[in-house]
Amino acid sequence: MPFDHKHLLGIEFLPKKDILTILDTAESFVEISTREVKKVPILRGKTIINLFFEPSTRTRSSFELAAKRLSADIINFNRQFSSVVKGETLKDTVLNLESMQSDALIIRHNCPGVPHYISTFCRSHVINAGDGAHEHPTQALLDAFTIRQQKKKLEGLKILIVGDILHSRVARSNIFLLSKMGAEIACVGPPALLPEEFKEFGIACDYDLDRAIQGADVIMMLRIQSERQQKNLFPSLREYKDIFSLTPKRFRRAKRNAIIMHPGPINRGVEISADLADSAKSVILRQVENGIAVRMAVLYLLLGGKERETTD
Amino acid sequence: MRLLIKNGRVIDPASHVDETLDILIDRGKITEIKPKIEGDGTKIIDASRLVVAPGFIDMHAHLREPGQEEKETIKTGSLAAAKGGFTSIACMPNTAPVNDSRGVTELIISEAKRNAVVNILPIAAVTRGLRGEEITDMADLRDAGAIAFSDDGHPIENSLVMRRALEYSRLLDVPIIDHCEDRNLSAEGIMHEGKTSLKLGIKAIPASSEEILVARDIILAKETRAKVHIAHLSVKGAVDLLKFAKQQDTKITAEITPHHLFLTDASLESFDTNLKVNPPLRSEQDVEALIDAIREGWIDTFATDHAPHTPDEKDVELDKAPFGINGLETAVPLLLDKLVNKNILPLDKFIAMISTIPAKILGLKNKGKISVGADADLTILKLQKEVIIDTSRFLSKSRNSPFHGWKLKGAPVMTIVGGKIVYS
Amino acid sequence: MAEKIKARVMDARKIKRALHRMATEIIERNRDLSSLVIVGIRTRGIYLGKRVSSMIKELENIKIPVGVLDITLYRDDFSELEAQHMVKKTEIDFSVVDKDILLVDDVLFTGRTIRAAMDSLIDLGRPKSIQLFILIDRGHRELPIRADYVGKFLPTSKREIVQVHLKEIDETDEVLITEPVDTT
Repeated sequence: MPFDHKHLLGIEFLPKKDILTILDTAESFVEISTREVKKVPILRGKTIINLFFEPSTRTRSSFELAAKRLSADIINFNRQFSSVVKGETLKDTVLNLESMQSDALIIRHNCPGVPHYISTFCRSHVINAGDGAHEHPTQALLDAFTIRQQKKKLEGLKILIVGDILHSRVARSNIFLLSKMGAEIACVGPPALLPEEFKEFGIACDYDLDRAIQGADVIMMLRIQSERQQKNLFPSLREYKDIFSLTPKRFRRAKRNAIIMHPGPINRGVEISADLADSAKSVILRQVENGIAVRMAVLYLLLGGKERETTD
Repeated sequence: MRLLIKNGRVIDPASHVDETLDILIDRGKITEIKPKIEGDGTKIIDASRLVVAPGFIDMHAHLREPGQEEKETIKTGSLAAAKGGFTSIACMPNTAPVNDSRGVTELIISEAKRNAVVNILPIAAVTRGLRGEEITDMADLRDAGAIAFSDDGHPIENSLVMRRALEYSRLLDVPIIDHCEDRNLSAEGIMHEGKTSLKLGIKAIPASSEEILVARDIILAKETRAKVHIAHLSVKGAVDLLKFAKQQDTKITAEITPHHLFLTDASLESFDTNLKVNPPLRSEQDVEALIDAIREGWIDTFATDHAPHTPDEKDVELDKAPFGINGLETAVPLLLDKLVNKNILPLDKFIAMISTIPAKILGLKNKGKISVGADADLTILKLQKEVIIDTSRFLSKSRNSPFHGWKLKGAPVMTIVGGKIVYS
Repeated sequence: MAEKIKARVMDARKIKRALHRMATEIIERNRDLSSLVIVGIRTRGIYLGKRVSSMIKELENIKIPVGVLDITLYRDDFSELEAQHMVKKTEIDFSVVDKDILLVDDVLFTGRTIRAAMDSLIDLGRPKSIQLFILIDRGHRELPIRADYVGKFLPTSKREIVQVHLKEIDETDEVLITEPVDTT
């Protein structure tokens, strides 16, 4: 199945068949990371730039390893070292970097739409590594990959997403992706962080975790950021914990073989109790591991062998 | 300098005239209106199959001079206005320096005299520096030539300050134009709060942010009996409040911009910074309510909220882009195509809303009408003229229009200000 | 593009005979079969490898393991491919270190596939040797590569296409020479 996209900007407009192509391709990449020489030459000579305007360790490193395992050259460009702080516009920054003959730009930015904006004027492939509260497509792909690995399917699964849905790009991309795949999605969180209008995306909104967790196959906990509390979106972390934390007692109401996911970094004891995070039910480290294979698949499908040079 | 306009369909809402008439202009005034006037040597304009209307008035434009001449100047803004069919435009005081003193008002007026091709009507600040704290010397500003007062761009958040300003404005019988926005609610919002903002994860401005200040202004208008004009009304809730107010004993008037009528928040899916405007583009239901309100006669006037920004300023990520849409050259074709030619608004009502009524709100006694002795400000329209909006041909210094490429039917073909043809 | 069949150069019987002969050659050449492993190149190399493995089992009663190699990630001819190759799994569940690898493919043409396969194998570990097993050698090499075991030498023109069909996936065992027909 040909994968005919120049960029990966989000899940919303990615057809189901292409999502499946990425997941299937990622299956083949898992094995490479288990080899002694964890490297294949397919992207040799390609230059990839990690362009992160927001702090990130996990996603940036995951992309970096994925690129390196495909033999691409990758450099990291972080905001604090950039001219952006000296007043350079985003467009100038990107054009300057691109003039170093990059083949792909991996973008993280706190403003929604930035990868889309960059794709309108640059020549390289653009991969969205998180744009504000908008999308984080590779996270949703690796989440789906992990769920499929554990549950052997996505269709018909009951997925529960808990926490700050409003500000979460992970939640959005997962909602788009998993609903395309036929999963049944419910979200739980404080009302200010889970506006009821989310129902228009075909998901259920609930404010009672004990009720919503019943029969769930997958429980995805989101990180709660303490600065939200300063804006009165919830009164205190203590109260948040009481109502929305995943505890062993609550977890027992889910399906017997339910799994726990978290995009990280986790606040132990806040959104999830420490013993659950470390339990066999948690696939949090699997998510990180699978992230590399999924990102390798994305890089391969976008950059590998798609350049159609004129041969005659 | 005499000018004779022959065979035009003259529509003057003030005198309920809609017939084919000749108009003679002499020394900037209309001197004769009759079915047939002989030319004898005067310059003649053949207006057959064209509509001759009293000059259009835009109560709400940002001309950026003094201080931000890279975006627009009084001269370029007036050229854009003339091309757009406007003979008079009121300019908001959020310049640098702010128009909160006689010196700035006089500067604008003298610059306009030197360089503008249409009438430039300065609106002065309600509070010093637009800070919402102390009210300006309104009488002095009025004497210098300010025709209304506004802190546009900023709401007057402190209700007591608003009340004091309204009380004082009664002394001068001038309107206070309020930009209704509760900044605590809108916070760092970029677009309308709704399904699209949720989907895109963009920080949002709720409808309540506008509604709360509209409600407050209505209550204060009632209490003070002052003239309040609501700028750029954009949500259904505010329309409902306006209807309530108009059934009470208040002097409330309101305007709507073309972009709030013909675009919705859903368009932001393109992340186009030219769609970033405050108040934000609203939902489809809001747009329907605005159109219904126009049809039912609750809305007084259209205003462009012409807000030019340079291409560089808009060629950034959405968060960084300034709010505002360039409107002078697109407003009339949009309104003619989408409202008049689609039979939502009769032509004479449209002309009343864009000329007669704003003249009345601003207290312009010799404008907004076609009658002997009135200023010879005329806008001539061709209802069947097809235009394609092309920002590269704007006379405005800026290009920030989301309507680029739109095909529209109906446009101004000639603009006459004080008896002089300033655009054709 | 349509194609027409020019010749049917091998049938099931001929293929079976060739594989038998080659299996015997393998046994003769490798005195210590215990270090021999077979790696088939996707897709038809897998089935040829499995057939040879079972023939050796019949002759010598020793089970030679068969692995699967996907060389997509080692190809050097991407720019010439119209559509993108789907990457499939490499499944080699034995160590290749110090092994005599029998690399199996259906057709040897430019040699580029074999180059990619060897690179891939060497990344998996250091084998003692690699021997190449090919059903059809059609000539036109672009790299200095030759096969150790050849089912049939088949001189072709560059324009022709050699198609190996194996009943495991193609219903029948046969080798065809076809040629694209210009439909324009």
